[in-house]
Amino acid sequence: MTYLFDILMIALTAALINNFVLYYFVGICPFVGVSKNVGMAFGMGCAVTFVITIASMICWTITRLVLMPGAPLASFVAGLFVPEAEAAHIDLTILCYIVYIFSIAASVQFVEMYVKKFYPPLYKSFGVFLPLITTNCAILFGCLTIMNHIVGVDNPNDIWDLGRALTLAIFGGVGFTIAISIMAGIREELELCDIPKPFQGAAITLVIGGILAVAFMGFTGVDSGIRKALMPAPEKVAVIKQIEKRPLMVADLELNKLSINEGVKK
Amino acid sequence: MADQPTAIERFINGILPENPVYRQLLGLCPTLAVTNGMKPAITMACSVAFVLLGANIVVSLIRNLLKPHLRIVVFTLTIATFVTIADRFLAAYFFQMSKTLGPYIPLIIVNCLIICRCEVCASKQTVFVAASDAIGQSIGYGLALSSVAAVRELLGTGCLFGVAILPASWPDWVIMVLPPGAFITLGLLLGLVNWIDMKKSGKN
Repeated sequence: MTYLFDILMIALTAALINNFVLYYFVGICPFVGVSKNVGMAFGMGCAVTFVITIASMICWTITRLVLMPGAPLASFVAGLFVPEAEAAHIDLTILCYIVYIFSIAASVQFVEMYVKKFYPPLYKSFGVFLPLITTNCAILFGCLTIMNHIVGVDNPNDIWDLGRALTLAIFGGVGFTIAISIMAGIREELELCDIPKPFQGAAITLVIGGILAVAFMGFTGVDSGIRKALMPAPEKVAVIKQIEKRPLMVADLELNKLSINEGVKK
Repeated sequence: MADQPTAIERFINGILPENPVYRQLLGLCPTLAVTNGMKPAITMACSVAFVLLGANIVVSLIRNLLKPHLRIVVFTLTIATFVTIADRFLAAYFFQMSKTLGPYIPLIIVNCLIICRCEVCASKQTVFVAASDAIGQSIGYGLALSSVAAVRELLGTGCLFGVAILPASWPDWVIMVLPPGAFITLGLLLGLVNWIDMKKSGKN
């Protein structure tokens, strides 16, 4: 139950609350560049989701087996050359970035060859986007987030397993697809509008992106709401009920504003 | 381009006429992500400058050895090496700043600006030209980042570099330091730059 809940939370957070494009600003280049019509944007989104899933699977495996401090494969190889005790603490995290970018480039290459051979129609619809994806920040960002949850945690029980990593990757891609498709839909309508000349093209796209980001900010707090609804901690239930009975006061709003401000300053 | 621009031309080109953010629309991710204050923006600009300079020099030195179909991979691996150096340096000497910037330092690897400069300039030019191009582009990039950051920090918190500029009665526009503010600020600045451009060319 806890595991399922975790997966749900990760999926929701990646796709909507902390949307890759509108919250973390990764994958802005295609967001501005390839959002001229819905079909193309959706194709790009699918290609990114596809690659990000494969790349993060590879990166999770490599990190777990080779790169993380005391990883099994690395310690085994090191054990052949240095004493066991030293080999157990081997830490290759410094190689992360190079290994990740290399495996992303390689996986894009392989995906391209595979799709070209076995699904020619799909290859045609992906077209030029597939090689371009290598330099899409969203893929590397997904891998880095997964790395943070493997290397960056102190408690070994908190390390993400493959299921959590894949959920983040897939739903991050879905969030990207949602954002870029909405954007393309709006831009198709914009063709009919009379935009001031200096704003045509990228400028108006960014301003619309800002408005979309405001809309997506509306999802903030959905996660804590679901958490409250699905797993109420027994001792807290009474308190929550008391708070809910009280009408919303100005003081509450002030408190909210304060906490937002503090969050920003942090 | 019939004749390749000289080193000095490339240096000047990078700052305004071919500004990476406002003219070429390259490297937008960090422009939006780390510009909620002047300090992170300047740190980011310095890291990008270091990586760009290093990558441009190395690529320019090995340009005769590059195979066409492998060049992008070589570029990214070179860049990744320099990014690792920059990342470790920041983590060692500016720990707080490296925590603030978080994943955006490693994301320099896939910054289109650097790959584009390697491809367009460094892989065809001598070391000196490539280095001056890198410095020019970095200054342009730094200017662009700080222009966005200045607007956002001033309107969002009333401060610049953490020092209060506007009177205390200024109602902080929190939205400016949150993600939507980044999009809106950059969009409006881009429009402004285009508008100034049009006015200038209209007069001539």
